[in-house]
Amino acid sequence: MNFPAELKYSKSHEWVSMDGDVAVIGISDFAQDALGDVVFINLPEVGDDVAAGDPFGDIESVKAVSDLISPVSGTVCAVNEDLLDAPELVNQDPYEAWIIKVENISDEEEMLDAAAYEAFCAEEAE
Amino acid sequence: MKLLFERSVSGRRSDLLGSCDVEYAALPEEFARKNPPALPEMSEVDVSRHYTELNQQVHGVNSGFYPLGSCTMKYNPRVDEDMAALQGFTGIHPLAPKDAVQGCQEVLDTAAGYLCEITGMDGMTFQPAAGAHGEFTGVMLIKQYHEKRGDSARKKIIVPDSAHGTNPATAVMCGFEVVNIPSAPNGCIDLEALQAVLGDDTAGLMLTNPNTVGIFDENILEITRLVHEAGGLCYYDGANLNAVMGIVRPGDMGFDCIHLNLHKTFATPHGGGGPGACAVGCKEFLKEFLPHSALMEGGDSIQVRSFSGNFLVVVRALTYLLTLGREGVPEAARNAVLNANYLMEQIKGTFVPAFDRVCMHEFVLDLSSYKKETGVSALDVAKSLIDYGMHPPTMYFPLIVHEALMLEPTETESKETLDEAAAVFRKLYELGFRDPEFMHNAPHNAPIGRPDEVQASRKPVLRWKKEQ
Amino acid sequence: MSYVPSTAEQRKEMLSALGMENWKELYTDVPEAMLVEELDLPEGMSELEVSRKVSGMAAKNKVFGTVLRGAGAYDHYIPSIVRAVTSKEEFLTAYTPYQAEMSQGVLQYIFEYQTMICELTGMDVANASVYDGATAAAEAAAMCRTRKRSVTLISAAANPDVINTVRTYCYGTGDELRIVPARDGKTDAEELQKMLTEDVSCFYVQQPNFFGQLEDADKLGEMVHEAGAMYVMGCNPISLGIMKTPADCGADIAVGEGQPLGMPMGFGGPYLGFMATTAKHMRKLPGRIVGETVDSEGSRCYVLALQAREQHIRREKASSNICSNESLCALTAAVYMAAMGPEGLAEAARQSMAKAHYLADALTAVNGVDLVYTGPFFHEFVTTLPESEKVLQALENAGILGGLPLEDGTVLWCATEKASRAEMDRAASIVKEVLEA
Repeated sequence: MNFPAELKYSKSHEWVSMDGDVAVIGISDFAQDALGDVVFINLPEVGDDVAAGDPFGDIESVKAVSDLISPVSGTVCAVNEDLLDAPELVNQDPYEAWIIKVENISDEEEMLDAAAYEAFCAEEAE
Repeated sequence: MKLLFERSVSGRRSDLLGSCDVEYAALPEEFARKNPPALPEMSEVDVSRHYTELNQQVHGVNSGFYPLGSCTMKYNPRVDEDMAALQGFTGIHPLAPKDAVQGCQEVLDTAAGYLCEITGMDGMTFQPAAGAHGEFTGVMLIKQYHEKRGDSARKKIIVPDSAHGTNPATAVMCGFEVVNIPSAPNGCIDLEALQAVLGDDTAGLMLTNPNTVGIFDENILEITRLVHEAGGLCYYDGANLNAVMGIVRPGDMGFDCIHLNLHKTFATPHGGGGPGACAVGCKEFLKEFLPHSALMEGGDSIQVRSFSGNFLVVVRALTYLLTLGREGVPEAARNAVLNANYLMEQIKGTFVPAFDRVCMHEFVLDLSSYKKETGVSALDVAKSLIDYGMHPPTMYFPLIVHEALMLEPTETESKETLDEAAAVFRKLYELGFRDPEFMHNAPHNAPIGRPDEVQASRKPVLRWKKEQ
Repeated sequence: MSYVPSTAEQRKEMLSALGMENWKELYTDVPEAMLVEELDLPEGMSELEVSRKVSGMAAKNKVFGTVLRGAGAYDHYIPSIVRAVTSKEEFLTAYTPYQAEMSQGVLQYIFEYQTMICELTGMDVANASVYDGATAAAEAAAMCRTRKRSVTLISAAANPDVINTVRTYCYGTGDELRIVPARDGKTDAEELQKMLTEDVSCFYVQQPNFFGQLEDADKLGEMVHEAGAMYVMGCNPISLGIMKTPADCGADIAVGEGQPLGMPMGFGGPYLGFMATTAKHMRKLPGRIVGETVDSEGSRCYVLALQAREQHIRREKASSNICSNESLCALTAAVYMAAMGPEGLAEAARQSMAKAHYLADALTAVNGVDLVYTGPFFHEFVTTLPESEKVLQALENAGILGGLPLEDGTVLWCATEKASRAEMDRAASIVKEVLEA
C-alpha cells in the first residue's frame, strides 16, 4: 500500500495536497482498496461551499456507498469530471485521480502525515 | 437468448382489434407523434416462444427450494390465482357505483377484519402496494398524530442497526431524522442504548419482531413501554409476521401501527419483484389518519397511491386466509419456526449460526471464521448452491453479522427438502477446505457464469439499441 | 389446510431432533401471557369450499358489458397471450432477481420492458417500474428537488388521485406543493408563468389531462425550462401510440399509469407506474434498474444495475425507500406491447380516440348535453348532463357504466376500442329517453 510522504491525510481517508492556496483532495490508496471497484462518484458543483468534517459527495462501489468528507472549509473551484466517465481511475491511481479542488480555505481538520496515517490504517485494518 | 427486438420482423403482426366501426377522428398535427415507437413486430407464436424461453431461465418457488431470508418464499396456492382471475373482480372499475361493487367491498372488509384479529389492530388499509410503501403509510400515521397534538418537537425515529434499509429510508421520506441504535450482543434491542436516545424529540420506534436475525425480542413489552413513556409511538415492521401469526399479536406487544406484507406472510406470489400488497393496521386512535382515495372517497386525508390498492392481491390473500382459517394460521407459523430450527440443527457442526439458540422462522449463518480458514466467502457458498438447484439465501444481511447468510425455509417445505438442503450445505462446507477455487468460480451449471456487476454500474447499458 | 407438507409423524421427528416434545418450546422467548389462545376466525376450508365462497363474493359485483368511464382506470382489450404468459409459474413465483444466474428470464424481460418504455416516451432510460402512475408522479417530483429548489407545481387538470398522492409525499418530506389552476379544462399558462418562481423544482402536467383535454405541452415545457425548473409529464401510454412523445415536448421525466397496457381494471390494482428520464438524470431514478453486462465467459447477460442508489445500501440517505415494485405488471405491459406491436398500439389509440369522438357526438345530440371544454381531446371528455343521477342509473340498469360524475355536476366520459358503435348508440338513446321523457 502506498502512502506518499508529501501528502496530508484525514482520518476519513482523504488526502490533501496544497497547490498554492488551493487544496487538492482525493481518497487514499487504503480507501480505494477497502471500497473495491469504484463505479460512480457523486461530485459537488463548482462554486459549492464545503465545510471541514462534512460530506461533499459520495463514492459508490457495486454494493456500498461512502461519504466523501472534506478535510477543509472553502469553496469548490474545480471538480475532476474525468471521473464521471472513468471512475476506475480512483482504483488505478488514487493519488493522480484528484476529486475536487477547494479555494478560499478558512478552516481545516487536524490531519496526519504519511507515517502517522499509515499507522492509523494498520490499526483500522485490525 | 435473443431479445424481443432481435426477433422482430418488419411488417409482421396479429390482427387483435379488427377494423374500426366508426369514423376516425383527426389528431391535430401539433399533437402527433413523428415516428412510431420501435416496438417489436411479432406474431403471437413468436411472443409465446420468446417468453417460454425466458421463463425457463427463472427459478420460482415452484421450481425448488427458495430459502431467501426475510422474504418468506412460501408456496403460492393456485386457487388464489383462480379467484383473483374471476371476471367479477378483474372486470370491476374502481370508480363504479357503490351498489355495483359490493363484492369488492366484502373482500376488503373481510380481509381487514381477519387481519385485525391476527394482529390485534382496530383499523386496516390496503392502499399501499408493497412493504416499503406500507412503512411510508404507517410512519405517516405517526407524523400526523404528533402534528395534530401540536407536539412538533418530535422529529426523531429510532431504528436498530439490524433493521431493513427501508426503515431508515422511510423515516427520512416522512421528514424524520433517523437515530440508529446498536443491537445488544444477542441481536436484540439494547435497552440501555434505547433509553439513552429516548426523549421529548422521539416520534417513534420502528421495530421488526421477530427481528432480522430471527429472534423474538423477549423484552418487547419493556421496549414498547419505554417508548410510550417517552411520548413516542411504536411501529411494527411485519416482515417477519410469518413466525408468529396466530401465536402472538403485535397489538398485544404494545405496537400502535403495523404493516403486513401480503406477498410474504399471506402467500401471494412475489411476481419477480411485485406486485405485492400491503396492509397497514393501526389502533383506534390512529384510524382517523389512514389514507383514502380522493376520487373514490373524497375528503382531505393522506393518500399514498391511486384508488384502494392492489385489490386483486388482496383477493389472493383473503382466499389464503379463508383456506387456513382459525387452526391453519398458527399451524403455518409453528411449522415455519419448526422448519427453521430443524434446518439450523442439521447444518450445525459445519457452518456456524450467528446466534446459537432457538430461532424463529429464520436464522443467520456467520461465515466469517470459515472465510478466514478457507478463503471461501458467503458469496461463494451462495453461488455454489445454485448448482444444486437451490436459490441462495439472503447474503450480507443483516449488517450486524459479517459474511452473513440468512435462511428462511418457510412452512411449505417438507422434511425431505430440508434434509436434502442440509446435506448440500454440509457438502459445500467440506468442499471449501478441499477446493476453494472451484467455489470461487461457482456456479458451474447455471445458464450464465457470474456477471460483471462492476461494468454494469460503471458503464450502464439500460436499454437495447439497434446497432448502427 | 395450511399447505404444510410434513406429516404429523415427521413433525414429531423434527421436534425430537431438536430435543423438544412439543411446539410450545419453540416459543419460549414469547412472554407466556401474550400467547393467543384461539383466533376468532372461521374454520379453514377445502379448496372447493373456498372457491365457492370467494366466487360468491365476486358474484355480488356487477360486471358492466359496456364501460364508458375512465378517470385513471381504462377498459382496453387484453390479448389472450398476455395472461397466458404472465400466469407462468416461474415468472409468478420468483422474487426480485438478486441472483442473476438464476433469474436471467426476469432480468431480460425487465430490460426489454425498459427499452419499450424508452421507445414509447422517447426518453433515454427507464426503471423497472414503481407502484402506479400516482406514485410515479410523486417519485418524479422527489427526483427534481434540490436544496435551493424544493417547491413542486402540479396542474389542477391532473387526476385528483395523483395530486393527492403527490401532496402526501410532499407533506412527508416537508416540501411545498402548489396547484396551478386550470382554465377551460386546461392548465392556465398565464398562472403557471406567475408561479414559476426561483424556488420551484418542477412542474407536473398530465397529457391528455384528467378532463381528456390535450395540453399545449411544448409551450408549458418551454416556460418551465426558462424558469430553470424541471418538466415532468404524466402520459397515457396508449395515447403515445400516436401522440407526440414527452421527449419531443421537452420533458425531463416522463411517467404514467401503465394499467392500460394489458392490466385489467381489477377494482384499482395491481397497476404499473412507469418512469423514464434523460441520460443526465439517470442516477436519480428511484427503484430497480436492469443493465446489460457480460458474464465470466464474456456472454451477454443482465443484472440489477446502479444498486448503490437504493435503500438497502444507502439506508437513510436513499432518495426513495422503494424495493419491490410491480415486476409482473411490467411483464404484462411488455407482453402487451410485443403482441400489439407499433401498429397495434397505434390502432388501439386511433380507435379509442375515434370511439370517444363518436360517443361525444351521439351524446351531445341530446338536448341539454353539451361539451364543457372545447379543446381537442383524446379518449375522454366532459359534458353537462341534466339529471345525471337518474341518467347514470338508467344506463347502469341497462348494463352500461356511464361517465363519472364530477364535483361540479358535469360528467367525465371515456371510450376505448372496446366500445362498439351499437353500444354507444344504445347508451345515447337511453340518455335521450331519460332526458326527453
